[in-house]
Amino acid sequence: MNHPTKTERTEAPERDREEQGPPAVSLRGLRKEFGSVVAVDGIDLDIANGEFFAMLGPSGSGKTTVLRMVAGFEVPTDGRVELGGVDVTRQAPFSRDVNTVFQDYALFPHMTVAQNVEYGLRVKRVPRAERRTRAQEALEKVRLGQFGSRRPGQLSGGQRQRVALARAIVNRPKVLLLDEPLGALDLKLRREMQVELKQLQRDLGITFLFVTHDQEEALTMSDRIAVFNEGRIEQVATPRDLYELPATPFVAGFVGTSNVIDGDAATKLLGEPGTFSVRPEKIQLHLDAAHVPTHHAVTAAGVVREVVYLGSATQSIVDLDHGGSLIVLRQNQQSSEEGDVAGRGAHVHLSWSREHTVSVVPASPDE
Amino acid sequence: MRSTSTAMSPAFKMTLRVLTALALVVIYVPLLLVVVNSFNASQTFAWPPSDLTLEWWRKAADSEGAKDAIVTSVQVALIASAISLVLGTMAAMALQRYRFFGRDTVSLLIILPIALPGIVTGIALNNAFRTVFGLDLGFLTIVVAHATFCIVTVFNNVLARLRRVGTNLEEASADLGASTFTTFRLVTFPMMRSALIAGGLLAFALSFDEIIVTTFTAGPQEQTLPIWIFNNLFRPNQAPIVNVVAVVLILLSVIPIWISQKLAGATDGLAGR
Repeated sequence: MNHPTKTERTEAPERDREEQGPPAVSLRGLRKEFGSVVAVDGIDLDIANGEFFAMLGPSGSGKTTVLRMVAGFEVPTDGRVELGGVDVTRQAPFSRDVNTVFQDYALFPHMTVAQNVEYGLRVKRVPRAERRTRAQEALEKVRLGQFGSRRPGQLSGGQRQRVALARAIVNRPKVLLLDEPLGALDLKLRREMQVELKQLQRDLGITFLFVTHDQEEALTMSDRIAVFNEGRIEQVATPRDLYELPATPFVAGFVGTSNVIDGDAATKLLGEPGTFSVRPEKIQLHLDAAHVPTHHAVTAAGVVREVVYLGSATQSIVDLDHGGSLIVLRQNQQSSEEGDVAGRGAHVHLSWSREHTVSVVPASPDE
Repeated sequence: MRSTSTAMSPAFKMTLRVLTALALVVIYVPLLLVVVNSFNASQTFAWPPSDLTLEWWRKAADSEGAKDAIVTSVQVALIASAISLVLGTMAAMALQRYRFFGRDTVSLLIILPIALPGIVTGIALNNAFRTVFGLDLGFLTIVVAHATFCIVTVFNNVLARLRRVGTNLEEASADLGASTFTTFRLVTFPMMRSALIAGGLLAFALSFDEIIVTTFTAGPQEQTLPIWIFNNLFRPNQAPIVNVVAVVLILLSVIPIWISQKLAGATDGLAGR
């Protein structure tokens, strides 16, 4: 099941691995086919205990299918799923010590909020008094202590989301699986929940395995992120490394905005052939070549094609004299900087530090 | 209703109203006639009724034949509905939750009896019961015959509900540690309950007023209510009682339909999406 993707596997922090034994989740050569469609194409992944791990990718990249195989809803075509070192590949969902927060929450509409939260304890025959207390605790943890007697239909989207969370964490699973849990919430609520989720995970010390297509969400919350593309992992890295050192053009393009320089432009600009990525905010824009800082090794001249005002920043698209174009992002710290007067059609000089040019290698799709 | 009203011209709206009213009149005036005639003092149903009486209702209450027929019909309908509930639910779950070879064909075969002409079903069952199974026609054969088409209403109702509810809730239940049976008991069944009631009531109503298939599968001893009515319709001294029994039949058929409609409406918000 070895395939030569140029995946830089960033290992989980050393201290975690020392004290906590086998990884919380371990996937080996995981594969899933639906008819002739290969949804997941050989995934190897270790997720450490207590880690907040995100699987990030566009829709159809296989991340949700991987999550469903960890939960037990799909049986892999090939490969293994291990939880805490135990092979659970063939185990039914109800025998696995994981709980899921579903994308549409999947709350039971015929039960009250409290009954929903108690459900997992009820089917495991936990005594009534204990499950009352634990359900109430879980509801308070998600700030819904007063809502136990309501029906899910009487709650807002954000509240339902938190009930789904309480229903899962009340069982104290080893691993919590979250399938785009914030997808249905509006932007403001989503931002709040991101902070809350992160806090909750730290409090509980449970391993979170989180599926999202939102790169910002993945970057803000996760300890590590696996970027999925067409059923494969392109890169596993910490948010910072993923952003600063994307391993493949896909990662560079999917996580944040990126300029990919390749072919002739690479040779002319950087003096060597290959494919390179540089983030728009690393590039400086000057009207006068004399203003280019001396430590900026890479320079290029061009003409501004488009200027987009984004509020906190301004984005300019510059057509290079060498051919190709670059996106430049500049914070609007002061309104008198030169960038502002570099309107459409202005001749400008771009420069950036050599270290911000990252060599990216396309993941080869064949074995 | 409101939102489409602007798209229709007044003349078109008027035409629709008149046609609807006409259709309702054609359907319901004869039924109303039966109800009124059950109180009509004239034995020949002179119209308009010169006087109203409860005599026919009293006579009907004393008629052993009518009472036996009602009891038989209720029993047949109850048992046929019960059989349909069990088999229809199981068939719907199998077809909705599992993929297997010939699935669409099986689905069609289950629904077909309701579309087949009653007389064909009747003759076929009559032959099969007597020659293949060597059964005497009677209560049992009526129940089995009715169950063949009553299953359809339960099957359709449950299938539609399962399709609407989806598998998410069952997955959530399994995820929380519930075994397959516990999931059925605590999640699937409660979600299906109103669909089962609606399907069961429809099955009851369908069985209760069935006459064609019953004619071929009832023995000489057993009379369901519709058959009793048909046999007594042209006996002059029984005619007034027939009217009374017909009213009872109308009520017993309409009430389940009305309840099942209410249930279907009340549970639209059930899935909670």
